[in-house]
Amino acid sequence: MNYFTLAYRNLKKKGIRSYLTLLGICIGILAVVSLITLGAGLKAAVGSQFGVSSTELITVQAGGNNFGAPGSGAVNPLITKDLDEIKKLGSVKEAVGRNIVAGKIEFNKKVVFGYASNIPDGADRKFVYSQIEAKPVAGRLLKDGDTGKVVLGYNFYVDKVGLEKIVVPGNRVTIQGKDFEVVGILEKQGSFIMDNLVFMNANDMKSLFNYGDTLSLIAVLPADKNNIQKTQTDIENLLRRLRNVKVGSEDFTVSTPQASLAQVNSILNAIQIFVIIIASISILVGAIGIINTMGTSVIERKKEIGIMKAIGAKNNQIFMQFFVESGFLGLIGGGIGAILGTALGYFGVIGINSFVGTDMVPHIDFLLIFFVLLGSFAIGAAAGIFPAMRAAKQHPVEALRG
Amino acid sequence: MEKKSDSDKIIIHLKNVAKYYHMGDTIVKAVDDVSIDIKKGDFVAVMGPSGSGKSTAMNLIGSLDMPTKGHIFLDNEDISTLDESELAQVRGKHIGFIFQQFNLIPTLTVKENVVLPMTLQGLSEDERSDKADNILHRLDLYERRDHYPNQISGGQQQRVAIARALANDPEVILADEPTGNLDTKTGLKVMDFLTELNKEGRTIVFVTHSPELAKKYAHTVYWLKDGKIEKVTRERNKR
Repeated sequence: MNYFTLAYRNLKKKGIRSYLTLLGICIGILAVVSLITLGAGLKAAVGSQFGVSSTELITVQAGGNNFGAPGSGAVNPLITKDLDEIKKLGSVKEAVGRNIVAGKIEFNKKVVFGYASNIPDGADRKFVYSQIEAKPVAGRLLKDGDTGKVVLGYNFYVDKVGLEKIVVPGNRVTIQGKDFEVVGILEKQGSFIMDNLVFMNANDMKSLFNYGDTLSLIAVLPADKNNIQKTQTDIENLLRRLRNVKVGSEDFTVSTPQASLAQVNSILNAIQIFVIIIASISILVGAIGIINTMGTSVIERKKEIGIMKAIGAKNNQIFMQFFVESGFLGLIGGGIGAILGTALGYFGVIGINSFVGTDMVPHIDFLLIFFVLLGSFAIGAAAGIFPAMRAAKQHPVEALRG
Repeated sequence: MEKKSDSDKIIIHLKNVAKYYHMGDTIVKAVDDVSIDIKKGDFVAVMGPSGSGKSTAMNLIGSLDMPTKGHIFLDNEDISTLDESELAQVRGKHIGFIFQQFNLIPTLTVKENVVLPMTLQGLSEDERSDKADNILHRLDLYERRDHYPNQISGGQQQRVAIARALANDPEVILADEPTGNLDTKTGLKVMDFLTELNKEGRTIVFVTHSPELAKKYAHTVYWLKDGKIEKVTRERNKR
């Protein structure tokens, strides 16, 4: 028998009230563990949404950067003239305009909303196909002159878009009320956006959505892939002149994949900091809860303290008993939090995989769990210092009176 | 110094001891200028009505409390100068307490309650388990060793308390109204056991408000009234 036995026995006797105070520590640890377990996966998942395999491509969009369809909601959209001018720049090797528009897709008597994207004709088609490394997993890709035909993203083929039936080449789907024939399915791209897209030829798309000569985005391949910066600056200067805006008040963005990824990562970091702040507050509240519970415990067990002192317990032995018990209280809260947090992270990764289509391997980080448990014991013990000191200072005779 | 025989050796000596309490503006003299000599191997009763200061005297004898004035010697050592941890050490090693309310730790089993004082003295796991088993056998509690205090009778609980008091083999056993919560028959059994311990050479001091009990068992009786010693009687025939 030692402090641990004593602590264990006392904890067994504690009521539900004492354990409710552990909720704070529990939630805090849960947040930290699930965040760390998910965090890496989340970054990978978001990173993969920039499905363009090339890291050299520059993307030009009107308006600010946003998470809707590219260029959507821009007051002053990009137009084909902008594209023509960009193509003329010396530092640009190739440039292609793309339109991505939200629309209604009907199949199997179900309606889903998704995004359609156009594939330009001629040389530009080859450029787009090479950039997205387009290969059909079934059927074929779109060719020049295809009308009333679409190629669908991989998720339509594995029934992940909500149509409750897989779509195969030869099926007919209704898009924005117009009938289309599915001629092919693209290979899995590992990107939520790409795998849900409907691809159609530029003419079909233009007549269906009637966006005139506006463009959602312009993809640019720089002439010198070691000097993407120069191309970016050239495009920015050009668009400023064409759209008559001053430096600092641009209504367009010219972004490189690295820059976009960095931006997303900074958002993820902000989320992480936010979660860590919430977790810290929870843990602080939990620690105060433990101080309170242990303080009550000292009063409730005053007589026990008196008995212990009468049979020879020194002040530091009384202190240790309450200190260790408090640590265990923290450990229980942290333990539950770690289990729930690991489960949340684990199934969160599986969830992201099936929802977004990424291939992250969910794993349980035992080292993390070990340090989290160590930490929660330490938090509990630290919270117990003050109550334990009070317990140790009880006068034997007064304590024995109870 | 004159060499004394063992039975004449003073084990506890209270020298002009006083204990005052503040109750608001008034000072209560719970124990007032009391001197007591307890010889090694004696069987002492502290008698008195409630409020006579007998419990306070007991706490002072047992080094649970410090006197306001005067000195307390245990084995010729002045314990009124010791700090709290040293006092705890003295209690744990030299004194065994038995209370009216039994005062067992409810979350520990019978055996664990007996082991606890040895744990506090840092005895090894094996040593304390063996010692506890021996003591439990002696008090006929071995079969009950894994029970919790609320699972056994009052008489058994008081025997556990005695077993716990014996854990560190103390020279002095202090019992504060040890029969107060027991029926007469069980109470007499407890007193008989204390007599047995006294015959082994242990010094027994017990507090009671029953003159019969004091006269029947004690060799020396201190009669307390209003914090002072009224008289001391000795039952010589028992020595």
